[in-house]
Amino acid sequence: MIAANPVTGLQRPPAPPRRWTNTRIFGHVLMALWILSGASLVYYLGSNVASPFVLKYWPNYLSGFIVTLQIVSVSLLLGALLSLPIAAARASKWKIFSAPAYAYVYFFRGTPLLAQTFLIYYGAGSFRPELEAVGLWGFFQEAWYCVIFAFSMNTAAYQAEILRGAIQNVPKGQWEGAAALGISKPVAFFKIILPQALMVALRPYGNEIILMIKGSAIASIVTIYDLMGETRRAYSRSYDFQAYIWAAVTYLMIVEILRRVWDKFEARLTRHLKR
Amino acid sequence: MNEALTLLSFGDQGWGDTIALGVLVTVSLAIATLPFGLVLGFLIALAKKSSEPSLKLAANIYTTVFRGLPELLTLFLVYFGVQIGIQQGLKLIGVETYVEVNSFVAGMVALSLVFSSYASEAFLSAFRGIPQGQYEGGHALGLSRYQTMSLVILPQLIRLALPALGNLWLILLKETSLVSVIGLADLVRESGIAARVTKEPFMFFGIACLIYLVLAMISSTGLARIERWTKRGEGAR
Repeated sequence: MIAANPVTGLQRPPAPPRRWTNTRIFGHVLMALWILSGASLVYYLGSNVASPFVLKYWPNYLSGFIVTLQIVSVSLLLGALLSLPIAAARASKWKIFSAPAYAYVYFFRGTPLLAQTFLIYYGAGSFRPELEAVGLWGFFQEAWYCVIFAFSMNTAAYQAEILRGAIQNVPKGQWEGAAALGISKPVAFFKIILPQALMVALRPYGNEIILMIKGSAIASIVTIYDLMGETRRAYSRSYDFQAYIWAAVTYLMIVEILRRVWDKFEARLTRHLKR
Repeated sequence: MNEALTLLSFGDQGWGDTIALGVLVTVSLAIATLPFGLVLGFLIALAKKSSEPSLKLAANIYTTVFRGLPELLTLFLVYFGVQIGIQQGLKLIGVETYVEVNSFVAGMVALSLVFSSYASEAFLSAFRGIPQGQYEGGHALGLSRYQTMSLVILPQLIRLALPALGNLWLILLKETSLVSVIGLADLVRESGIAARVTKEPFMFFGIACLIYLVLAMISSTGLARIERWTKRGEGAR
């Protein structure tokens, strides 16, 4: 029903029919393809819910899922702790602090996570006598600890950059204002600068969590049975391609749910900035 | 020290030539992926900024899927999926053989999918930086839509998208290391072989890391040059 204009009493003409342009046809074809593949995926998974493969391997997938969550959360937390001194050193005026921190960040951001993991996991073997002397050999012998170590070092470099960028993003006037009010520097940092910086850092932190979840699949290459590791084991035993499809659906769901929750979280925390 | 140099020398004694071959494979995989990823990413960005909702949705689903999957899993999906797909297809026409997909091609396809979904976002935000007046100006001059795009928009778009695309290139360079898992003889795999044979894992994986760093440095200098080149018109203003 088209509402009449209250002043003139004239009816607004109906919108012209949307024409079937080439773009529209193409868009519908693509959407049809997506819907078709989505529906066949759902049908395929649905018909396989009670298949021998799923019945046999679902406990493995569950434990793999938990291992993945453990790797990601432990590495992210350790990385966050490690990133604080690195970010502080990186922003320092003194070259003796900032240069090594820069080198650390450059190394871990410039090389693949896979190579770093290999460097720590296999490379520790080169220092076996030394490590045995200090009693750390047991630590580096375990793939689990090596992976946590490598991932924490890696994410610490990324998180240090996020933190540094966010802190430098806070306008200088905030520091000056705090100084004018007679607030000491440490208090100004923790009560005024850091809260504003963390606001800006929310989005990159969310991206870093997602990158870490995706990156944690690399742990499967060094014999860790995370979600990816269990998937590879299931596939090598059964030669059933649904092993990978179940993993893909799980990973996609983890990442999508996390992204949406994080968006909500961010919107909630920054609601005072919205106009 | 001398021993280490012998191990790294070229020829029968050392592993220098093996690792050099690995570097070549890594670099060529990244370079071979780049054009496909860029073109696909550009087309997806066009779809995302179109006014047609169905096209936009289709493009967004693509990005969501390939940005959400771990790169390693995408690689396995392509590698085993294509292999099984071809085998099933051949079975239908009555041929039963074992097909093995080339790991270089599988890596190229998987990395292109991932790269294009990220590149589309880079292009999309660059599109947002171009004012509407540029399209209208092109139209007013009597340029066709294709001409407006290629002569007016694209040159500015590249300049705006270049920093983000440069980052994606550096990420791509690192992601090629994953293809070593499906058997491509790239830098990581070759250094792994060298590490196992010589029992010097720390040295060889350390060298692999350093080579990745050098590649990143070379890329950064190259990218800075391209960036200067795209901004050559701005100095006159």
